[in-house]
Amino acid sequence: MSHNPISAAQAAYLTSCRFRQRRIRLYRILILIVFLVLWESGARLGWIDDFIFSSPSKLFACFSRMTAEHALFFHIGVTLFETLASFFLVMAGSVLVTILLWYSKSLTETLDPYLVVLNSLPKSALAPLLIVWLGANYTTIILTGVSVAIFGTILNLYTGFSEVDEEKIKLIQTLGGSKNQALFKVILPANRANLIGLMKSNIGLCLVGVIIGEFIASKCGLGYLIIYGSQVFKLDWVILSIFILCIIAVGLYGCIRLLEKKCIPQK
Amino acid sequence: MQSILDCNHIHYSYHTLQGETPALCDIRVCVDEGEFVSIVGPSGCGKSTLLSLLCGLIAPESGTIRFKGSPLTEQSRRHIGYMLQHDHLFEWRSIRKNVLLGLEIQKKISEQTLLEADHLLKLYGLYRFKDARPSQLSGGMRQRAALIRTLLLHPDLLLLDEPFSALDYQTRLKVSDDIGSIIRNSGKTAILVTHDLSEAVSLGDRVIVLSPLPAGIQNIISTKFPKELSPLQRRNTDAFKDYFNQIWKELNPNEP
Repeated sequence: MSHNPISAAQAAYLTSCRFRQRRIRLYRILILIVFLVLWESGARLGWIDDFIFSSPSKLFACFSRMTAEHALFFHIGVTLFETLASFFLVMAGSVLVTILLWYSKSLTETLDPYLVVLNSLPKSALAPLLIVWLGANYTTIILTGVSVAIFGTILNLYTGFSEVDEEKIKLIQTLGGSKNQALFKVILPANRANLIGLMKSNIGLCLVGVIIGEFIASKCGLGYLIIYGSQVFKLDWVILSIFILCIIAVGLYGCIRLLEKKCIPQK
Repeated sequence: MQSILDCNHIHYSYHTLQGETPALCDIRVCVDEGEFVSIVGPSGCGKSTLLSLLCGLIAPESGTIRFKGSPLTEQSRRHIGYMLQHDHLFEWRSIRKNVLLGLEIQKKISEQTLLEADHLLKLYGLYRFKDARPSQLSGGMRQRAALIRTLLLHPDLLLLDEPFSALDYQTRLKVSDDIGSIIRNSGKTAILVTHDLSEAVSLGDRVIVLSPLPAGIQNIISTKFPKELSPLQRRNTDAFKDYFNQIWKELNPNEP
């Protein structure tokens, strides 16, 4: 916070920090380059079979071919849309349910065993049922994504709500505030960091759920490409789809990091 | 003088599955307008429970509490200010926003109340820090901010629940002198609950001594100090030691 000119020692410290950061960034990029180079040369020199392991150059060719012939961006868009839809449903749904639970202790105690069971249930087991009930369409896949994340989020969020200092709620009462005001002035703002943390894990979970859904019932999306590609032995398709999934996952996570920086003041 | 708060035969017990613990037994207190009353008692004797009852957060099992002559209601509760043990300033709000919390809750934010908030922040030396986060302030400053938050609602009666106990000893002396003077100069009625006997004597016009659980009123000691003495100056008088010893003996009857 000080505006004094920095001392030589402080300047040296800052420079060393900057260098360290640059070095780490360099290493990160190096790992990627080394990996790609080894992969490509391995495939060309015959160390690995490029029919099942593919290679960066084949993937690149595959990428341009698929964009032209098989509407790759349509598939990416579908998966992205389904993931975002289930993510927003999970966040909105779990916040609403948790608020209801927070209002009524009896409701929480009544529902507790059911939530625990639903949370520990492997959700991929539900997907076939959802398909029979709802048909093979976007709704089913979005709901599969929702089912993977929502119960854990509710349980986590409820713990966060109930860990807020009772005395802070008492403060609101002594100032003449209602339970609604306690919710909006204390409980929700106190759980901001918690909410962002849950968003970070949920965006990944929703992607997992959506891919499971697409594996089982779908005519489009990256999950469909993976399953279809493995069935007709077009492993380029599979590996390319997985690559794109990585990029989507990183991109979505990055968006939430941006949100975090905006919402939570840095010290 | 008119009494602002009148409690009659208050009883209160805590209920758990293991059984019933009587906490307060036949409490009778009458507090006059402008008076500063300290309440002391052995730890865990239900002092905080008494304050929660007095401001209507919980209802007594039997007995009546009358505030300005009528029973406590949602509306009249708003004229009672309560200072908790910790300042509970919210880290996600700036100091100024924290101070405005009570006004916000009671929907009393107006140009005039905002001006008053700034005035009080200036008066108590916090205006420079109005945009700071609570964690950037010292314990004493935080407690002053909490006091402003309470005072902005213009309470007729202030309840103080060991508001200085979270501070280190030096800050505590200063802040209790500070806040004691602020309350006295503004002519407010206040009830202070504390386990610190010297704090009780230096601030109170009367000291109510509670007995161990279930707490009843053991004795009421009126202190007589010259009006112009601040709480810190009171501590230097001979009378202070006498009152202190008297209360000490009340609380420790078996010691010499």
